[in-house]
Amino acid sequence: MHSFGYRANALLTFAVTILAFICAIASFSDNFSNQTPSAQIQILNINWFQKQPHGNDEVSLTLNITADLQSLFTWNTKQVFAFVAAEYETSKNALNQVSLWDAIIPEKEHAKFWIQISNKYRFIDQGHNLRGKDFNLTLHWHVMPKTGKMFADKIVMSGYRLPNTYR
Amino acid sequence: MDWQGQKRVEQLMQILLVISGVVAVVVGYTTESFRTMMLIYAGGVVLTTLVTVPNWPFYNLHPLKWLDPSEAEKHPKPQVVVAPKKKFSKK
Repeated sequence: MHSFGYRANALLTFAVTILAFICAIASFSDNFSNQTPSAQIQILNINWFQKQPHGNDEVSLTLNITADLQSLFTWNTKQVFAFVAAEYETSKNALNQVSLWDAIIPEKEHAKFWIQISNKYRFIDQGHNLRGKDFNLTLHWHVMPKTGKMFADKIVMSGYRLPNTYR
Repeated sequence: MDWQGQKRVEQLMQILLVISGVVAVVVGYTTESFRTMMLIYAGGVVLTTLVTVPNWPFYNLHPLKWLDPSEAEKHPKPQVVVAPKKKFSKK
């Protein structure tokens, strides 16, 4: 501590170390938040269901997505990334996940929403397995923090089925 | 800065920074505002800088007493006598 430069350096390094501790504590506090998200997805209409020229099935859906993700936001949340995936099994793959829609929710106020859209991303199968297929629609979310650990979870909604013939 | 001052500065610096950190986390968590936490901590760091980095007079209250030059001549520095090294030759 004998010179200005020495003291300034000591202060700077100690301050940054304490800053790292502060951020770790902020991230750790996220474990104590009570999260009760809810969601519902309705398939309003199957717009079309065809086999592409290359042999893969493709289906276009109109979805009605209702969700309340407000309880996921903590003081340490920067944004929540949510996406809807169709999940089903085929003889070739034990699990197929096709992302149909996603959104970035930057604030708590925007986290309770109702949206009716056709799928943002194309629902294309690897093959032609979709006729009469039972599938789940899962709403996944990633809670992205300002500092620290990211939490991810999902709600699985089952009971959806595609028609037996192409339309 | 004298020795006592340096010791005080080190202790003050550590205590002030830790307290800034603790207060920042507590206030930020209770007000659910990350921004508040960062602002309080930044304020604490600036305050600590102003208190500990410049050479304030209250860190120089116990200055070292150097000997006068004439006093130093009466007590010369002891000379270190170097013993001559023995050289070993290999047979």
